[in-house]
Amino acid sequence: MTNLQLVFPEIFLSLSIMFLLILGVFKKNSSKIIQNLSLVVLLVTAVITFNETVGIKEVKLFNNSIIIDYLSSLMKIVTLLATFLVLIISSNYLKTFKIFKIEYPILILSSVLGMMIMINSNDLIVFYMGLELQSLALYVLATFNRDQIKSSEAGLKYFVLSALSSGLLLYGCSLIYGFTGSTNFNVIANQLNSDEYAITFGIVFILVGLAFKISAVPFHMWAPDVYEGSPTSVTLFFTMVPKVAALTVFIRFLYVPFLNLIDQWQMILIFLSIASMLFGAIAAIGQTNLKRLVAYSSIGHVGYALAGVATGTNDGMQSSVIYIIIYILMNLGLFSCLLMMKRENQYYEKIEDLSGLSKNHPMLALSLMIILFSLAGIPPLAGFFAKFYVFKSVIEQSMYFLAIVGLLSTVVAAFYYLRLIKIMYFDKEKEKYDTDHGLWLKFSLTFSTLLILVYFIFPSQLIEVVSRINII
Amino acid sequence: MNFPILSSLILLPTVGAFFLFFTRSNKQNNFTVKYVALFTSFVNFLLSIYLWILFDHTTSEFQFVEQRTWIEDFINYKVGVDGISILFILLTTFITPLCILSVNNSIKERLSEFLIAVLIMESFMIGVFCSLDLVIFYLFFEAGLIPMFLIIGIWGGARRVYSAFKFFLYTLLGSVLMLVAIITIYWLTGTTDVIELYSLGIEAKYQNLLWLAFFSSFAVKTPMWPVHTWLPDAHVEAPTAGSVLLAAILLKMAGYGFIRFSLGLFPVASEVFTPLIYTLSVIAIIFTSFIALMQEDMKKLIAYSSVAHMGYVTLGIFTIQQQGIEGSIIQMISHGLVSAALFLCVGVVYDRMHSRLIDTYGGIVSIIPKYSVLFMLFTLAALGLPGTSGFVGEFLILMGAFKDNFLVAVIASIGVIIGAAYMLWLYKRVIFGKLINNDLKKMIDLNRSESIILTSLAIPTLFFGFYPDPLINTIEVSISDLIETYNFRLASKI
Repeated sequence: MTNLQLVFPEIFLSLSIMFLLILGVFKKNSSKIIQNLSLVVLLVTAVITFNETVGIKEVKLFNNSIIIDYLSSLMKIVTLLATFLVLIISSNYLKTFKIFKIEYPILILSSVLGMMIMINSNDLIVFYMGLELQSLALYVLATFNRDQIKSSEAGLKYFVLSALSSGLLLYGCSLIYGFTGSTNFNVIANQLNSDEYAITFGIVFILVGLAFKISAVPFHMWAPDVYEGSPTSVTLFFTMVPKVAALTVFIRFLYVPFLNLIDQWQMILIFLSIASMLFGAIAAIGQTNLKRLVAYSSIGHVGYALAGVATGTNDGMQSSVIYIIIYILMNLGLFSCLLMMKRENQYYEKIEDLSGLSKNHPMLALSLMIILFSLAGIPPLAGFFAKFYVFKSVIEQSMYFLAIVGLLSTVVAAFYYLRLIKIMYFDKEKEKYDTDHGLWLKFSLTFSTLLILVYFIFPSQLIEVVSRINII
Repeated sequence: MNFPILSSLILLPTVGAFFLFFTRSNKQNNFTVKYVALFTSFVNFLLSIYLWILFDHTTSEFQFVEQRTWIEDFINYKVGVDGISILFILLTTFITPLCILSVNNSIKERLSEFLIAVLIMESFMIGVFCSLDLVIFYLFFEAGLIPMFLIIGIWGGARRVYSAFKFFLYTLLGSVLMLVAIITIYWLTGTTDVIELYSLGIEAKYQNLLWLAFFSSFAVKTPMWPVHTWLPDAHVEAPTAGSVLLAAILLKMAGYGFIRFSLGLFPVASEVFTPLIYTLSVIAIIFTSFIALMQEDMKKLIAYSSVAHMGYVTLGIFTIQQQGIEGSIIQMISHGLVSAALFLCVGVVYDRMHSRLIDTYGGIVSIIPKYSVLFMLFTLAALGLPGTSGFVGEFLILMGAFKDNFLVAVIASIGVIIGAAYMLWLYKRVIFGKLINNDLKKMIDLNRSESIILTSLAIPTLFFGFYPDPLINTIEVSISDLIETYNFRLASKI
């Protein structure tokens, strides 16, 4: 029983969700209270996670179906903090569309709970449970602006395609169960017989399911539509948080049970990575909607993160984690800018709405420029280091093809980031946007921009935090 | 050496830029903004002179070395100078204040942002020339793209967007391969520290590919034929101060990189690829000289002449002769002064007439005599007349080339003649001839700041033309040591 404290974060979170739900039902007009309480819950959960589990080396619970180690603790804290930031900056947006309701924070919290279970999972069934919990909440979130047809369309599309991918994933799980006799990752690792082709099939199906969740090419088709249709604050959540959990499962799933089959899955990951990097870079060029463009750019970034996982080494895995953390930071800044482009209760999300931003709003344009250069991976900004670590581990494994294609696609990607900068700085100005953004929105933009800007002064800190992950 | 003089050189302009950032720019305090920038860059220049005085030119060791842990067990922040790099630092700190002085007439709006970009650019460029770690070098090398992109894009001419994109993407494309090579070197040797790499050496079998990766980056930046096409576009569209920075300093990064890294780290591969460099250099010299002959736009003509001049530089570097490399460095310094001056000269008439076409002008010698004299001086320096710094560089390079490869040297010498042809023809068409265009009569001669800028460029051009000893003394030992190590490592195949 003493070990139950290790899952205390999850227990606390689920109890809080139920409490908030009941509170929301019985108290009228309680959306503000619930929003604030949710923020407190997220922070408290993060603190509990930090206190209870960070020092733990590796503990398995509940018949080895849940694992608590440094990777899971770190990723949970990242998830919780990222969600915290998403929640605090989305309230203004929701109020504008009159969808500032109690369901929003509660759905986000339940999705976070699902992600935490995913991150903890050491068993296919637990993993699937967490996955579905987070997905179900996300379907509803996508349709949250239900009066807009695009939002409903986004949710429906996401639901149908995601259900399909869940089906594939389950099929993969059942294949693996059938040929190894267990759903537990460690037992699978021991029972593994690499001559069985069916296991490879199982891995492929599960990878397809995971690639769908993390929106890697060729399973990315839902992403642009869903990102465009969903309310912007939900899109922000989509582009950041679920990717952390999905990446963790990618790492856990490939590195714990199937590290011996690296020859089988490495090719798949290299393909996913190259396809995502190239496609994300090329397809983004033609976009005119900023949210769609961000969708393609996030597809590209997922490609870089997967390149690290594809190496099959501790270094590579760590570099992916660093990548995703820095990516979250950059995306947070990017969306803070998007949420600031508001005029008389209307949000602007076309690329040409950026034009002349540097004249009307010099500070906003400057921050956005720094973020975009960082996304493009230009030194000395944080985005460069993220790519640098990934390619360092990739080249260590002599995967030169992957490295060179990846770096060349950064050049292609640089084109569309530059185009945004060009529109902001070189084009004629338009009408001004409102400037009465909430304090939190300004905070998150300043916070992310400054971190991106000064990251190069203290690069070792993040590495030190991440380098304690050790699962091989 | 306790005072971190190199880090101060790198940081000072950024600190100045930081101050500018908090000074709101409007019509009234444009002066404040300008003087803060000018003061910063001038202090930086004095600091670099002090560095030169302290510099001990009897040794080829790296001096003023500073080292700090940056990423644990991986990269150290390490800077230092030797005879090869110190002159480029001086060039950078000398040109930047002149650039800032020249914005009076050309930059009308967003002055403080422009000056911030220039100052940050200066930081990055000094960083490139004194970094002693490959990753740090790459960082500075690439980071320079951001301010330059903005300088061309925001304050440039009509086709500035196209030019800014071309500049950025070309250079980025060249550089990413260098990044692959740097990481590979790290995995081969376990370090990115240049001094350590000099003593460790890199196995011969890897050198060719690594050399090519570095080459792809430097060739674009130099620029060598056939990847030179971004340069004329960038030059033509950039504002005067931007062109000056680009021609005077940015192009030198690549020449410096060739000496420091291609020769220093990959002697075996350098020997293999010398014919390639020779061919490309000779094509650059002859081919772009002919192109320059046909230009109707003054800035474009000077841009093409830059490509030709950089052709001499690469030729000189890969002769691996004492004279050749010395000549290349002097040629780079001289080209830095002369091309900067020529772009400023074009800027002077452009600010008055708003045309860069040669046809617009003609017969202005009697209207603006002071200008015509200075312009002539720089024209002659560009074509390498004895008594100007251009001659010293070109002569040494050709001498080195004759020692190494007769045919190449002969062809390159022909380039000198074509060079004289296009520069003199340009001068004749702009300054002499009949005064047809009546608008030209309203032109006023150089104002005070323009005179200061052009004179301060003319002095070193002439001084080093007659008396190149200070330059040669500074670089001599480092170069002879470089060549010695090169030949030694070539013989032992590492």
